[in-house]
Amino acid sequence: MADTVVGANPDPHASGSSLVEGDPNRRDFIHIAATVAAVGAVGALAWPLIDQMNPAGDTLALASIEFDLSKVVEGQQVVVKWRGKPLFVRYRTAKEIEAAIKDDHADMRDPATDESRHKPGKAQWLILIGTCTHLGCVPTFGGGEYGGWFCPCHGSVYDTAGRIRKGPAPLNLVLPDYSFLSDSKIKVG
Amino acid sequence: MSGHSTYEPKTGFERWLDSRLPIVRMAYDSVVAFPTPKNLNYWWTFGGILAFCLGMQIVTGIVLAMHYVPHVDYAFNSVERIMRDVNYGWLIRYVHANGASMFFIAVYIHMFRGLYYGSYKAPREVLWILGCVIYLLMMATAFMGYVLPWGQMSFHGAVVITNLFGALPVVGPSITTWLWGGFAVDDPTLNRFFSLHYLLPFMIAGVVGLHIWALHVPGNNNPTGVNVKSAQDTVPFHPYYTVKDGFAVSVFVLMFAVFVFYMPDALGHSDNYIKANPLVTPTHIVPEWYFLPFYAILRALPNKLAGVLAMFGAIASLFVLPWLDTSKVRSMRYRPTAKLYFFIFVLACIALGFCGAKLPDDPVIPGVTSFQLMDADLNSFVWLSRIAALYYFAYFWVITPLLGLTETPLPAPESISSPVLSHPATTPAGAVASPEKRG
Repeated sequence: MADTVVGANPDPHASGSSLVEGDPNRRDFIHIAATVAAVGAVGALAWPLIDQMNPAGDTLALASIEFDLSKVVEGQQVVVKWRGKPLFVRYRTAKEIEAAIKDDHADMRDPATDESRHKPGKAQWLILIGTCTHLGCVPTFGGGEYGGWFCPCHGSVYDTAGRIRKGPAPLNLVLPDYSFLSDSKIKVG
Repeated sequence: MSGHSTYEPKTGFERWLDSRLPIVRMAYDSVVAFPTPKNLNYWWTFGGILAFCLGMQIVTGIVLAMHYVPHVDYAFNSVERIMRDVNYGWLIRYVHANGASMFFIAVYIHMFRGLYYGSYKAPREVLWILGCVIYLLMMATAFMGYVLPWGQMSFHGAVVITNLFGALPVVGPSITTWLWGGFAVDDPTLNRFFSLHYLLPFMIAGVVGLHIWALHVPGNNNPTGVNVKSAQDTVPFHPYYTVKDGFAVSVFVLMFAVFVFYMPDALGHSDNYIKANPLVTPTHIVPEWYFLPFYAILRALPNKLAGVLAMFGAIASLFVLPWLDTSKVRSMRYRPTAKLYFFIFVLACIALGFCGAKLPDDPVIPGVTSFQLMDADLNSFVWLSRIAALYYFAYFWVITPLLGLTETPLPAPESISSPVLSHPATTPAGAVASPEKRG
């Protein structure tokens, strides 16, 4: 029907001059609508192709893990794999805790008190995601001048509370979501 | 492609084809009759060498893909199987692995050639930018290829490079998760890297086609930087440059063969023969040598985002160079001051590469501690890389724009032919604007 209407009754605005005057007509509307529809369609088609690279359902469904703390002795660190990354479980000595508390008000890039780095009353247990906040390498236990961790990639130094003290990393070692199921068992994730 | 085609179909079949698909005409015009400046030196052979490298990488890569398994549990062992059990697998893999290094040696020489002789200047800006695009694609391809054997360096290199994007504010973490397809570098990451590592070389080949197209519109630059004035200044590409390029490729292949047969692992890192372990980072993690200068720039800055931006900025500077250079003289043969700054720039790049391979806090001169300035130890690789990185950026953004306005260039020859005829070996470069040709 639209064809016959246009054919029989040419749109007076359909000439080039109407564009110069800035007078939108039906043809402009069709152009804009078609362009918008085409862009929308391309976007809708592109999105699945982009989103397929995000974590798949089974990857997201990675179960949380439980860990038995009685396996760790004082002064030791155990590394567990969680969501493809290392998880540090460190049983801190009294000396290490003391050193961490002493530095609570030192000049730090990402200030945090030692208290905020562990669960209340569990100062000996430090549970951290073991990837350097710079570029994701795994810091080595006991390295660096603060007795915490040293990242071999670019020289970031963390203290005994996992706080960034030196080097290029911007943030403290990240605390995972975890809770104590009992005195000797934690659930991470 | 520029000017008239001189192709004349000889046989009936060629005439028949020429009026339907003039492909023989195109080949004839671009690699046989193409008028090429007659004074190109051996620095101009690296385009041909690079084409050879790309072809070699694609052929060996396709063969390797027939035996490789892109899965975290099998990748490492499948590469070992290629090395031990597949017929000639060791040869094909060593050619492919060393071929990547050879490709980068050639591309760096090719780029420095362009910088020295001003090949990026008008009317060759698009040609230069396409070259920069090829270089970016090469870096992406090489990085992803290095991840595939799934050794320790593969894995932790992938972790570091993908984490670079995490430095971006707000969107950073989502981008890294998207790149990984999970919470860490894992099987989905390896699979997509394999897929893209197979794809990108063909994209490189496509951009190389555009690069050559953009080259054939204005034609080659040449060591004098002076435009071609007449047919006297040129020779046909074949046989003059097919032979010259062929000889250069042969010499290059000899050097390539020395690496493949006598020191196939010299350019790699022994830690990559240890299977990837996400829980332990190698004590000294370094990228492949061709990324070291950029790695040094990344580490030179104490702030994560700033380091990442500087690293990408170092490459971005190349793209805008045609508009940073204010000098109208193309070739540095006639720009003695620019030449000096250029060679310092080359040294700065080498120094950055050297720093990238060292631990940041190690002393440059062992045993000397007298360069302490406040709490900074200037006798450390991190400070050397800071100085070199500063010069790198200054070269593009300060020295190049200012030099063109302030320097006094030497007189350039009137044409390509005049210095050739007056024999540059006996005449100093500056004097070749032969007075007898004036007026």
